[in-house]
Amino acid sequence: MSIKITVNGHAHDVRATPDTPLLYVLRDELQLDGPKFGCGLAQCGACTVIVKGRATRSCVLPVGSVNAPVTTVEGLGTAAHPHPVQTAFITEQAAQCGYCTSGMVVAAAALLEQHHAPTDAQIHQALDGNLCRCGSHLRVVRAVKRAAGARA
Amino acid sequence: MIVARKKFLAQAGGIVVAFSMPAAAFAQPSPTKPAGPSVPETNPVGGTGLPSNVDGWLAIDRAGIVTVHFGKVELGTGIATAIAQIVADELDVPFASITVKDADTSDTPDQGYTAGSASLSAGAIPVRQAAAEARLAVLDLAAAHFGVPADKLVTADGAVTVRGEKRHATYADLLAGQPLRRSIAKATKVKDPDDYRVVGKSIPRVDLPGKVFGSYVYLQNLRIPGMLHGRVIRPAPIGATIASVDEASIAHLKGVRIVRRDAFLGVVAPSEWTAIQAMRRLKVTWTGGGLEPVTDLATAVKAVPMLSERAIVNTGDVSTLGSNAISASYLWPYQTHGSIGPSCGVADVRKEKATLWSSTQGIFFLRSAVATLLALPNSAVEVKYVEGSGCYGHNGSDDATADAALLSQAVGAPVRVQWMRDQEHGWDPKGPAMVVSHSAALDAAQQKIAAWRTDVWSPSHSTRPQGDVGNLLDGKLTNAPEAKVTFVGGDRDAKVNYAIPNYRVTMHNLKDGILHSSAMRGLGGTQNTFANESFMDELATAAKADPLAFRRAHLANDARALDLLAAIEKLGAWQARPAATNIDRNAAMAHGRGLSFVRYENTEAYVACIADVLVDRKTGNVRVERLAIAHDCGLIVNPNGLRNQIEGNAIQAMSRTLKESVAFNISGVTSLDWHSYPIARFSDVPEITIALIDRPHEPILGAGEATTTVIAPAIGNAIHDATGVRLREVPFTPDRVNAALRAASTA
Repeated sequence: MSIKITVNGHAHDVRATPDTPLLYVLRDELQLDGPKFGCGLAQCGACTVIVKGRATRSCVLPVGSVNAPVTTVEGLGTAAHPHPVQTAFITEQAAQCGYCTSGMVVAAAALLEQHHAPTDAQIHQALDGNLCRCGSHLRVVRAVKRAAGARA
Repeated sequence: MIVARKKFLAQAGGIVVAFSMPAAAFAQPSPTKPAGPSVPETNPVGGTGLPSNVDGWLAIDRAGIVTVHFGKVELGTGIATAIAQIVADELDVPFASITVKDADTSDTPDQGYTAGSASLSAGAIPVRQAAAEARLAVLDLAAAHFGVPADKLVTADGAVTVRGEKRHATYADLLAGQPLRRSIAKATKVKDPDDYRVVGKSIPRVDLPGKVFGSYVYLQNLRIPGMLHGRVIRPAPIGATIASVDEASIAHLKGVRIVRRDAFLGVVAPSEWTAIQAMRRLKVTWTGGGLEPVTDLATAVKAVPMLSERAIVNTGDVSTLGSNAISASYLWPYQTHGSIGPSCGVADVRKEKATLWSSTQGIFFLRSAVATLLALPNSAVEVKYVEGSGCYGHNGSDDATADAALLSQAVGAPVRVQWMRDQEHGWDPKGPAMVVSHSAALDAAQQKIAAWRTDVWSPSHSTRPQGDVGNLLDGKLTNAPEAKVTFVGGDRDAKVNYAIPNYRVTMHNLKDGILHSSAMRGLGGTQNTFANESFMDELATAAKADPLAFRRAHLANDARALDLLAAIEKLGAWQARPAATNIDRNAAMAHGRGLSFVRYENTEAYVACIADVLVDRKTGNVRVERLAIAHDCGLIVNPNGLRNQIEGNAIQAMSRTLKESVAFNISGVTSLDWHSYPIARFSDVPEITIALIDRPHEPILGAGEATTTVIAPAIGNAIHDATGVRLREVPFTPDRVNAALRAASTA
C-alpha cells in the first residue's frame, strides 16, 4: 500500500499500512535517524516531530492520519545551515548521550514559533513531556533561552 | 560509517605502538577462560590490558590524522573528547587531528569494562604513555632526517622544528606512511601538567553536533544490508517456560519467522512494525515461574540466602554498643536505569563468523559469553561497539545483543532487535535494593563518635557477562549452567572516611537479588552513602552539634577533605547550627538545608553537597530548590564536561531519591512505563551550583558516579532540618513524607 506524505519539504510515496506509526515510516522507510523510539506510548518525547506547527509524538501517530507536512530535526537545519536552537544546543553543550536531543530540539523550535521570548515556566511546560535521563535539563533551558535571544 | 573507518584504517600506514607496561598493572584473569573468570571484589572494571590481537594504541596516517584505539567507550559522558585532549597534549598534535575509534574486539586493547568512573583515572594512563612514546619515535626520525640530536628538536602542532632554525617537518612527512613499531618503555616520561595546553580547557564535545543535527549513528540507527527486524517475547510470569506457541495466530502477517529455543522466544520480520505486531499478537501459553510474594521489602532483602559474611573493617571494640546506642536502619529500593532509548542489538551470525554491534560496556567479556551461547569459538566472534542511549551501568545492552545473535543465527541473516519500553523497564538488570543498619555511641563528652557498627545486606552489584553465558538473560532462558556469583560493589563506601576509634562494618553478601540486579551508577556507594551520611546527621543531632562542624571534627587528618568542606560551606552559604533547630511549624512550606560528604570508594573523588528543600506540609511534596556541590577529582581534563557530569549525576540522583522505586509482584515487574516509574522532569529540576577544585599535579580521579552518592542524604538531611522528621527509606514520595509528618505530629 502506498501513502503520500511530505517530510522536510520533500513529497514521498511510502509503502506502509495506514496504521503504521509515523515514527517507523520516518526511520525505516525514509531513513531519518533524528526521531527516536523511546516508549511508543507518547510518554517521553524522543520521537517528536513538528506537524502543523505543533510538537507531535510520531510514535503514536498513524501515518494514514498525517495530512500535513512533517518536519523532523533534519529538516530544521544542518551543520552548514543550523537552526538557532541547534546552534544554541552546541554552544551550551546541552546534551550527554543525546538520545533525547532530537526531540528536545524539535520541541524547543516549535515553542519558539509560538513564544519568541519564553519564560522559564513556559519552557518547562513545553518540554516537561520530553524526558532526559542523563540530566542535561539546565543546559537545555539555557540553550532555549539563548536561541530565543538569537532570534530576537 | 564503521565500514568507512575500517577501510580508512586498512589504508592508513603509520606508526603502531605496542604497549609493554608490566602486566601486573592490569593483572586480571583472562576473560576467555571457559572456567569463568573472576575479578577482585572491589574492581568491577577488569580487562586484560594487552590482548594479542590488538596491534597498537594509536596510528598517524599520511595526512597527519591520529587514530586512537581506546579500550573505553563513549557512553555519552564525553570520554572521546577527553581522551583526545590528553593525546593532543602528550603527542603535540592539534586536537582536531585526532579521531578516537569506536572499540572493536578486532583492533582495540582490552581495557575491561567502561565502568566504575575509571575511564580517565585508569583508562587514560596507557594511552597517555603510548602518545608520549609515539612522540619520542617521531623525534628519533626527525633527528636522523635533520642530522641533529633529538634534544635540538621541538615538537608542536604535529610538526618537528629544529630549535632556533626554520627547518621543520610534519609528523606525517617524517613517517611517510611507514609502519613503525616501538615498545613503550615504562620509564618514558609524560608531560608535566604545567605544560598542558589542551587538557584543562573546556573543549566542546566532538559528538554533540551530530547528536543535535540528528545525524549521529547510534546503535539504534544502524542499518546493515539485508537486515531484518526482530522482537523478543519474554516469559510471563518471570521464570516461566513455554507450554505452547500458536503459530496460526500470526499467520496473517507476511514474512514473519518465529524463533524458539527453550524459553527464549522471538519473531523476525522484514519490517520493524510487522515484527512489533507479530510480537504483540503471537499467542503463547506459559507454564510455571513466578516470584515469592513480598510484603515487606527490607525483610525480603535480608531473607535472601547468604553467599558469605565478613567484616571489611574491624577496629577496636564495638561490643560495648548496647541498647543505649543510637541505632537506625535504612532501605533503598530496586531502581531501573531508565535509559530513554530501550536497549538494542544488531547481529549478523553466519556459520563460521558472527559480527555483533553492541552498546555493551565490555566488548571482550560479552564476546566470550555470546560465543558460548552461539556455540562458536571466541575467534569467530567480533563485537563492535556502537553508542546507544545513555548508559548508567549494566542495563539491557548486553542482553539485547544476545537476543539479536540468537535471532540472526536462527534465520541466517542480519537482525536488529530493539526492546519495547515495557521490556526495558521489566527486564533490564536493576540497581539492587539494600538494607544498611547502623548503631553507634558518642564519647563521654558527647562530642565525637566513640564506636560505630554497620551491617550491610546486599547482593552483588555486578552480574555483567564476565565471559560467562550464565550471566546473560538468554543464557538463563536457554538453560545455560548457572553463572558463578562474583560479589562486587555492595561494600562500596560501606566504610566511612571519618576517624572512628572503634569501628566494625560487616557485609552480609547475599546470593542473589529478589529481582535480577546488577551495576547501576554508584553501585553500593549510592545506598551506603545515603545510610552513612543520614546517620552522621543523626549522630550530629545527638551531639547537639552543627552537622558541618561534626563532620570536620572527624576528618581532621584529611587536608583535602577539609578544603572541600570549606568550599561547600562557602558555596552553600552554610549557617552553623544544629539541624532541625530553626523549624517554623506554622509555615505551609517548610524550608531546610542539609549537608553530605563522601570520599568516593574511600580513595577516589571528594564530593560534598548542600541541598535546600521546601517541604509542603499539607501534601508531603518535597521540592528541591538548590543543590550546591563541591567537587575535587584531582586534575581536571575538561571543566565543562566535568560540570556536565556533576549536573547529570545530581539531577538523576535527585530523581532516584524523590521518585523512583521498581514495583513488582509475583509475576514480575509491574512499573513498566514512565507513568508507573516516573523520573524527574524539567519542572522538578533545581538550581545547581558547583565549585570545582582543580589539582593539576594530582592524579585524575573519576567523576562519573561520585556525585550520585551524596544527593539522597543531603536531601534527607534537609527534610529533617525543615521538619524534624527523619526519612530512612528512599524514595521520599509525597505519601511517604506525609505519613512521616503525620506520625511525628501525633507522637
